[in-house]
Amino acid sequence: MKELLLGNAAVARGAYEAGVKVATAYPGTPSTEITEIISGYDGVYAEWSPNEKVAFEVALGASVAGVRALVCMKHVGVNVAADPLFTASYTGVNGGLVLVAADDPGMFSSQNEQDTRFYARAAHLPLIEPSDSGEAKEFTKFAFDLSEKYDTPVILRTTTRLAHGQSYAEIGEREEREPILYVKNPAKYVMMPANAKGRHVAVEKRMDRLAADCNGFGINKIEYGGKEIGVVCSGVVYQYVKEALPNASVLKLGTVYPLPIELARGFAERVDELIVIEELEPFIENQLKANGIACRGKSLFSKQGELSVNIIKEKIYEIIGAEKAGGGGNANANANIGAGASGNIGEKGNGNANSDTSVSTNKNASASSDIGADIRADAVSAVLPGRPPVLCAGCPHRGVFYVLNKLRLTVCGDIGCYTLGALPPLNAVDSVVCMGAGVGMAHGFLKALPNKKNVVAVIGDSTFIHSGITGLIDSVYNRGRTTVLILDNSTTGMTGHQNHPATGKTIRNEDTVRIDLEKLCAACGVNGITTVDADDIETLEAVLKREVERGETSVIIARRACELISGRNEKPYAVAAAECKRCGACMRIGCPAISMAAGRGAEINADACAGCGLCKKLCKFGAIASRE
Amino acid sequence: MNVLIAGVGGQGTLLASRILGKLAEARGSDCKLNEVHGMAQRGGSVVTHVKIAEKVYSPVIAEGDADFILAFEMLEALRYCGYLKKDGIIIVNTQKIMPMPVITGAAAYPDGILGALKSKYNVVAADALSAAVEAGNVKAVNTVILGCFAGAAGIPYDEMERALSLSVKPKLLEVNKAALEKGYALVGRRPGTE
Repeated sequence: MKELLLGNAAVARGAYEAGVKVATAYPGTPSTEITEIISGYDGVYAEWSPNEKVAFEVALGASVAGVRALVCMKHVGVNVAADPLFTASYTGVNGGLVLVAADDPGMFSSQNEQDTRFYARAAHLPLIEPSDSGEAKEFTKFAFDLSEKYDTPVILRTTTRLAHGQSYAEIGEREEREPILYVKNPAKYVMMPANAKGRHVAVEKRMDRLAADCNGFGINKIEYGGKEIGVVCSGVVYQYVKEALPNASVLKLGTVYPLPIELARGFAERVDELIVIEELEPFIENQLKANGIACRGKSLFSKQGELSVNIIKEKIYEIIGAEKAGGGGNANANANIGAGASGNIGEKGNGNANSDTSVSTNKNASASSDIGADIRADAVSAVLPGRPPVLCAGCPHRGVFYVLNKLRLTVCGDIGCYTLGALPPLNAVDSVVCMGAGVGMAHGFLKALPNKKNVVAVIGDSTFIHSGITGLIDSVYNRGRTTVLILDNSTTGMTGHQNHPATGKTIRNEDTVRIDLEKLCAACGVNGITTVDADDIETLEAVLKREVERGETSVIIARRACELISGRNEKPYAVAAAECKRCGACMRIGCPAISMAAGRGAEINADACAGCGLCKKLCKFGAIASRE
Repeated sequence: MNVLIAGVGGQGTLLASRILGKLAEARGSDCKLNEVHGMAQRGGSVVTHVKIAEKVYSPVIAEGDADFILAFEMLEALRYCGYLKKDGIIIVNTQKIMPMPVITGAAAYPDGILGALKSKYNVVAADALSAAVEAGNVKAVNTVILGCFAGAAGIPYDEMERALSLSVKPKLLEVNKAALEKGYALVGRRPGTE
């Protein structure tokens, strides 16, 4: 049975069918749904781990114990998990172990555009890359077989377009597997130098074997078309290539590391020119060149952002012309496909009959996109106002950023919803680097400038558990002066409301022990721990002023649950037009429910207003009141 | 058929695309949907791609290649109109949602959007917000627009209703059906007469 599945759902399904028993993750867009979905399957233990390093270690433990284990994270999560990952390459596995790493070309939801493929090379691990949901499911199953056959963790790399795209996948049955017997084996699992030296030899042998064998893997395949160019690609880029260049010969890579070099060499010999089309870094290109296979890649395509059908058409048409590429007319692309793909090498694919139509269609397509630009340019305004994401109406932590800005504090911020406190008009955040970074950075800031006082760290509850705790311990231990604000919205917000150790609920929403943040901070040696209601900005302001003067590490926990989970059920507010003096005070909190058109007073959109009353507190003229 | 759905995070663009996915599944067509999760959902500009054809490769609609654009908001209609084919149709919900740069006064919300769009494209303008309120739930804007689209595209009502009932929670089905009907009516179609 075929079903439309989200790429992430397909990975979850593939792991389930492969008999996975343990699945772990820390939430991170665009990988989150894999673990959410697999937690709903019977026979799989799933957990939200406090961070990616722990998630990886739990999965590794399960693998060594003899069952198949899956661990999922976004690309930057791999940085956190890198320590056990590199040495797990040496220990190898017992039950299959697959790490899903979700890259984010174009940075839809990420702080950088790093390319996970380099981890595969650096840690000597195979990396495979599917191009749609059907493949995501099958490749996941294949990854587990590969892992056990070659005694290695396997990285399955996805990108945002795959992870958050739906396409068809064939639903199959779960294969129940008995645990593989665990036998104590220090030479393999105790990585002290003497043992690790032996394992390093095993690692190199394994990778040599994989490099040779992958030439014969079914997931690496050649589709011969025209002779003028041969395209090497993988992942979602393959789909772009098939639409843009239906006549091109294509080497579609399933294993991106190691590369099937002999397959690529044979392919290169049968085409006039080899072009590597890949997003982000020249990872495939440089491997080919290092093996003496001439090709072009990043001299044509950017290392930044996503590729697209149109970008590929533009660059390749410059080289071989639209006709030989398969016409590529947008409207005709679907009709052309197939004819081009099945053509034998040396044939002209669709031939001339089709190309006239295709070229003219393409002209139409580019004309219409020019029209769009024209409209935007001449009829309305040259540059459209952007629409950045914002803290939700009613977000209980909006007021915190208002206060931070008001007090002119230097704020070392953190990842998640609270990154949005950096945007106008709140403008409250000075730095955002990675999860947990704010706590350490604030400590460093204050150590660097002994006379400076007005520096604070701001971090969410989930992020604090992820990697803020160690920064706090550092500040206490080294007699720092950091004031750490934990904005406790009692969930992992930006990724879509996942539980974490301080919510008292598991991934399946079952009750569990709740980590008490106040007690945790006290155990870390913090003397000054103050909990305030995040809505109470007057108290928060007073506490902040006091704590930055304290002269030792302290913690302020501003607590109130995410508005999207525990809606306030309050009546919306309204502005009495006659009372509004247009002072703009209510506009400084960046609430999406409040607007003020030129020449008019402030207005509150009753449909959007959550009734938090923050704006009312800021109005000196009493113009804002609850709508009765 | 390529359908680009553009709107503001929180308007329900994701549900709209998933309903079209159910439609494609029922038809046995190839289909790819591309969605936006995460950060942009927090009130940001969001666009989802729906491609339904005999064979679909790229999950993303190329500029100039959309048969339909369903714009849930006026400014977003303008932002994404370049994706429309020359003979495509853009369905525009006449609702305006002020983005933060406009709220803070750093930018102005453009005037004359509908006129500008109409001078170059086939535009179907509809007040889906009012229709959703009439149908009984302000959040059903997405289903109203979907009804406008299905009416304009000549998709039989029964087929849409089946796709809808596979996609929404049972307790929300009635209000969504009412919204879907309103959408068909806004483009001059009545269920059963399409």
